[in-house]
Amino acid sequence: MWNVAFAEIRKLRRPTLFFGTMGAAVFFSALFSSLLFLLIDSPQGNSDRGRVVGREVLSLSTGVVQGFSSVGGFLGIIALCVFAAQTAQEYTYGTLRNLLVRQPSRMRILLGKFIAMNFFALAMIALSAIVSISASIILAPGAKVSTDLWFNSDGRHAIFTTFINVTISVIGFGIIGMVLGLLLRSPISAISFGVLWLLIIENLLIAVKSSWQSWLPGTQLYAVAAGGTAVGPVSDGIEYSHALIVGGIYVGVGAVIASFLFLRRDVAN
Amino acid sequence: MSNTAISVTDLSKKYGEQVAVSHATFEVPLGTICGFVGPNGSGKTTTMRMLLGLITPTGGTGEILGESIKHPEKYLPRVGAMIEGPAFYPALSGKENLNVLASLGGFSTDRVQGLLEQVGLGDRGKSKFKTYSLGMKQRLGIAAALLPDPKLLMLDEPTNGLDPEGIQEVRALLRSLANNGTSVFVSSHLLSELELISDYLVMLRKGEVVFTGKMTDLMLAQQPIIIAKTLNESDLVVLQGIAEKAGHHASIRDGALHVQGPANWAIELNRAAFDAGITLSQLTPQLPNLEETFFEMTGDK
Repeated sequence: MWNVAFAEIRKLRRPTLFFGTMGAAVFFSALFSSLLFLLIDSPQGNSDRGRVVGREVLSLSTGVVQGFSSVGGFLGIIALCVFAAQTAQEYTYGTLRNLLVRQPSRMRILLGKFIAMNFFALAMIALSAIVSISASIILAPGAKVSTDLWFNSDGRHAIFTTFINVTISVIGFGIIGMVLGLLLRSPISAISFGVLWLLIIENLLIAVKSSWQSWLPGTQLYAVAAGGTAVGPVSDGIEYSHALIVGGIYVGVGAVIASFLFLRRDVAN
Repeated sequence: MSNTAISVTDLSKKYGEQVAVSHATFEVPLGTICGFVGPNGSGKTTTMRMLLGLITPTGGTGEILGESIKHPEKYLPRVGAMIEGPAFYPALSGKENLNVLASLGGFSTDRVQGLLEQVGLGDRGKSKFKTYSLGMKQRLGIAAALLPDPKLLMLDEPTNGLDPEGIQEVRALLRSLANNGTSVFVSSHLLSELELISDYLVMLRKGEVVFTGKMTDLMLAQQPIIIAKTLNESDLVVLQGIAEKAGHHASIRDGALHVQGPANWAIELNRAAFDAGITLSQLTPQLPNLEETFFEMTGDK
């Protein structure tokens, strides 16, 4: 399994993929966090969907990770794309047969790839946290936001829990990406379907019936990243524990079905 | 310990109602080069996939290096394979592609440069796979198959895309591996190619094994043939009639009459042609090559 993980890391560290993904994470993290402070007095709002996050909220101990938790959902979408592409490409390039000749245990292939991609995702999340928190620290004085509570014990706890929540959410999105990659066996199809579903279809469904927001997979994972608060784009009113359980069920059932198919299916391409 | 590299009995694969491989039974002795012959779509690749654990047989049993094909993890560390062409990550270099496979199999990456040099890619190892020509991709596939220092090498159409020089190099490489004790199971639809290198042969047609055994046994069992060409091509039919009337099987292929019969019957044919007023432009007794033998055995063409 670790051999598979090391082999996968060799693929993940290729410059275009590694720097491209990390660059996207840095860009979105800096953007989300900066807008919180730069547009703090804007009547159009300074957060997603025109929401206003005021000085009082940003001055709380959780203010330091306000930007980081907002960008968590986007990190999830990036993870979904990377996990889906890395999984489905084995079918489109025909390289799966090479992998299986060198490592016949299909479960080890799957777990090894998953471990390697989690390391990749963790690097992305850590970088995002550093950029986001740094941007907040730099921009807070200019926006007249007090940082007195940011680094007391509550502030440090908020950083830790947000990091964990974003990590759970990103890995959840990543597993969905792997599941789509295994089911659709094409990076373009898997990414297109995943991104369209998360960014458009779920929002349309919620617009049709708002109570559905408590039962859609992407919305639950956004809510997990945001700690179950009303921070995510469409996650208002979703309890953290509810989002964790429902999102976990979606991810778990999808992973079991996709793994079963991967273990049983003939490799004919 | 078993003295066969590959042994299969009644191996079958069906996709719905379509039979890809039907009750294949054959053995490949250790340390030989075994040609796996058959036209496109005859089931060669499907058989190889079953032997490598990539697809599940619908019937039959098999052993590779003494281990059941139900447990590929027991023999695959000693098997090198290239199935259905070389498949690698286009954005990685040739060397990095081999490093990925070396890491995966738990082999030392120190071997990689040596293997690249062995297949003639020593100076192109750092180029991205997507920049390789078809022949270079094929060479990289062979290098990947050699990574585990295999006891059994399974190659599917390894000379596809190679120039004549490359084909000769692959031929020499396979011979040298076999001389060092590696068993080689190599498929091709180019029968003339396998005729030059194989010690042993498994012949497949429409999913069924039509011959398995030593190449020399196959060729010796074949009757010699007499190839005759006439000045006027329309006379070939008349000549065919003469040969068949004399009790010999005769067929017209590629503008020539192929007659099964002893070499000295060529004298009789020449005389009969002269009596019938037919001018012969060529009359050559020869042993049939593998391609002719294949067509003869399968009744094709």
